[in-house]
This record gives sequence, structure tokens and C-alpha cells, in this order.
Amino acid sequence: MRVCIARRSISQRHGVSALTDVAAASNFRGDMGSMHTRTLLDSAAIAKALERISREIVELAGGTEHLALVGIQRRGVELAERVAKLISQREGADVPRGAMDITLYRDDLQTVGPRPIVGETRIPFDIDGLCVVIVDDVLYTGRTVRAALDQLADFGRPCRIGLAVLVDRGERELPIQADIIGESVNAPGKRVDVLVSEVDGRDAVELVEASE
Amino acid sequence: MTPPSLGKDLLGLEKLTAEQIRLVLDTAEPFKEVSERAIKKVPTLRGKTIVNLFFEASTRTRISFEFAQKRLSADTVNISSTGSSVQKGETLVDTARNLEAMRIDMVVMRHPSSGAAKFLAERIRSNVINAGDGQHEHPTQGLLDLLTIRDNFDAIDGLKVCICGDILHSRVARSNIWGLLKLGAEVAVCGPQSLLPRGIEGLGVQVFHRIEQAIEWSDVLNILRLQLERMSAGYIPSLREYYRVFGVTMERLEAAPKDLLILHPGPMNRGVEIDSRVADGPHSVILSQVTNGVAVRMAILYLLAGGEPALAEAAKRTNREGAE
Repeated sequence: MRVCIARRSISQRHGVSALTDVAAASNFRGDMGSMHTRTLLDSAAIAKALERISREIVELAGGTEHLALVGIQRRGVELAERVAKLISQREGADVPRGAMDITLYRDDLQTVGPRPIVGETRIPFDIDGLCVVIVDDVLYTGRTVRAALDQLADFGRPCRIGLAVLVDRGERELPIQADIIGESVNAPGKRVDVLVSEVDGRDAVELVEASE
Repeated sequence: MTPPSLGKDLLGLEKLTAEQIRLVLDTAEPFKEVSERAIKKVPTLRGKTIVNLFFEASTRTRISFEFAQKRLSADTVNISSTGSSVQKGETLVDTARNLEAMRIDMVVMRHPSSGAAKFLAERIRSNVINAGDGQHEHPTQGLLDLLTIRDNFDAIDGLKVCICGDILHSRVARSNIWGLLKLGAEVAVCGPQSLLPRGIEGLGVQVFHRIEQAIEWSDVLNILRLQLERMSAGYIPSLREYYRVFGVTMERLEAAPKDLLILHPGPMNRGVEIDSRVADGPHSVILSQVTNGVAVRMAILYLLAGGEPALAEAAKRTNREGAE
């Protein structure tokens, strides 16, 4: 029982970013009045980071022949699309893309209850033998990635799974790390928001903290 | 903003809000995809124990619930009234309490008495899902009909839907009427006077006594089975007579000003309420209803199985504090 309580308090402490992980953070953007926001990456910096990420992904997969990208709902999907476009412009290869919502694989259904709306999972290709790179906006506790790995395993057996994130903010609760990182951020107790123009109207990575 | 939730039980559509109904339909969408996977299973309800308590014959609904439960990784047990302690005179509440003593989480129940699901829900801690209670409601059927209609039109709001046939004995009709009206559809019923409940207009529906009028008016026909097992005598002169007057035939549909979407909750009596050519025709979505049934039931199980509300509240508070 003690174990249970300890786990619960951890997930409560990191509740906010757990939400950012699942890209449900928009619920909390309403009370930004008392918040102090600092831009960590602007749109040019994000473009540069994605360019580098796209190169490293091709390197990781040893070319584009067996490469596939799977974005995690919501903003990871958009980032995966952009990375695929960069790869196609540079290498002339059309990399298969998928999208995953990991809600049904979460480990906290008992604690926080069902998330009202589950996003779309769409992997329209056979992942067996491919190098599948999971793309997400923020890597934090690692719980989202754990869920994503479990879900991918139910779709097949890739020869390799990689992880590329735009922002790694540390403070892992599981032994999980990214292969490719856009920007590392140390922000204990604060919130890191990734905004992408397809969803939020503009590109930015912002650090949000209380004004006092 | 509190997101909408379903509460502890799903007893019927009469007491649900439009927002709650939309929540179920929207939640069902991603579950459709799970059934299309090679491995049709997600771990969401791992460790949950669900009892399917069927006091009335059922094939489609019971199997649909069972598939939904298994695809969500729940453990299930099926109990039917024959061959169980029910036959030995045990009361419904005693049966349920004994099951609860074995630490179950949910009961899916079909019962011949109207109101049985509510009766049980008020007396046990487990979630109760009504899989049909007498002539009262069959909420998951109503919801899967709504989902199937929504799949085929942009919106349910403003659609004209006619429910045809044996309205009197039909819990499907009641769930459909309440659900459709809440989502803004215009609803009509059509059938012989003897199979329409008295005062049905009071629910806010139009009544047609001629199937030709119903077909001319409607965008969607939901054709119900004649529930011969519930008719002691004298409701209709004969099946052949019923087909001649009320059967939905190709000829009648061809005379309609537009194409109609055809639903039927099954089991069908071909050549009684529906012409085989209509049942198998291009506008029939009868098998889509069955496919959607699994997704809708997965959505219901998922929404009801969620965590303890107190913990969810606490988590939300911590979130806000953390953000400040």
C-alpha cells in the first residue's frame, strides 16, 4: 500500500507536465494571467532544431529505406509531419508516417480517470522490420514513451525503435532516454509548453512559471 | 471546466444530456480503429472483472459486449438465468451481492423487467450497464444507432428519422427516441395502431399510420423487428398482412423522393418487416451498426471504468498548484 501512495504523490507532483506530455495542456492555458512566460525557442530556432533532428533521424536509421515516423498525439504528430517533409525535400524519399494516441495504454486510469477524448491512432503500414522513430514534443517523466512502446509492440516488431523529441526537460520517472533531442531544458517545478502553428497558430517553446 | 462524465452507471438515454451522448459517440470513434488492428486488444481495462448477467436470450448484444470487454483486456464471466442459482429462487440483489463479494467491478445486465437495471444500480457498488430492461431502454443499441446515423450524415441535428414497426414492445425505440430528440433530430414512429403505445406523441414524435408517408418524410428509417415472443395474441392479423401493409420494400423505397438510410437492430425477419433486397441493398447500414456496436460498448466501458472521482479532483488541484 505504501508503494501505491508514493507513486500517486509522484504522479500528482508532475501532473502538469504529464498533461503536457499527452498534449492536453490546452486545458490549463486558460489561467495564464498570473503566469510569467519566457520563450526558450522561437520559430526560427524550432525550424533549425527540426532540420538537425531530421538529419539525425536519417543517420540513426542508416538511410531512409527502412525508416518510418510515428508522432504522438497531439503535437508530436505535427512535428513528425514536418520532419518527414524536411527529409523528403533533402533526400527525395517519402517516409511513411503514423500517428499514435497513447491514452488507452496509460498507467493512471485508476487515478485520474478516463481522458474524455481519445485521439486517433493511425499506422497505415506494416512496422515489421522497419526502423520506427517515435516523435514527440516534450520528453519528461517518460511515461508517455513507455505507453507508446507498449502500443507499438501491439502493431508489430520493428527492427529498431528510436525516440526523437523537440524538448527534453529531464526529471524522468522511468529508465527511458531519447536518441535525438532538439533542446534540453532544466525547469523543475515549471511548465514547458510546445506550441506548433498547425494546432496553436504559432511556433514556440515557452517556459511558464508563476510571476512571484 | 469539468469535462462531462457518465457517472456510475449507464441505465438509459432518457436521463443523459446531449453533451453526455456526444461524449460517448466521440469516445467511440478511436475505438473503431482498435477492432481493425491485427492485434485487436489494448490494455486499458486490465484487471477489471466484468459480469455479463443475462436473464433473457441474447446473441448479438452479449457477444458484442464480450468482444468489447476482451478488446479492452477486462476479465469477463457470463451468467445466464438458465442453469444458475436464479433458477433456484435467488433474488436479483442476492445474486449481485454474491458476485460483489467476489470483487467484481461491473455488471452488464439484460432483464425482462423494465427498471431492473436501475433497481440493481441503486443497490450495488459496481458499475451497472443496462443491456436491455424489459420494454424500457436498450441504451447501447440507441447509442450505436446514433453513431451509425452520424457516420452517414454530417450531423444528427435536423435529420428526419422514422422508427417503424413494433414500437409498443421495443426498448430500442424508446432509447432511440430520447437520444435522437436530444441531439436535435425530428423523430416519427410508424406502425399499426395496435403496436403503438398510447400517448406516444407525448414524447415529441410524429405518428404515421402508413409506411408510404413515413418513407416520403424520412431521411433515415430504423426498422424494428416484430417481437412475436412478446405478443400473446391479436396485435396483427398475420405476418403476411403486416408485410403487405407495413413491410419496407424496394418498390416503396423507389417511390421515395430521396435515398433513405436503412437501419435495423436485428435479428431481422426477412419478408416480414423488411424486404431482403432492402436489407442487402446499397443504403442498408445494418452490418455497420453491428461493427459500431463493439466500438460504442468499448467507449461505455472505458468511460465508466475510470478512476475514483476524489483522486481525479485531487490530481487536478495539484496540477493547478504546480502551474502557479
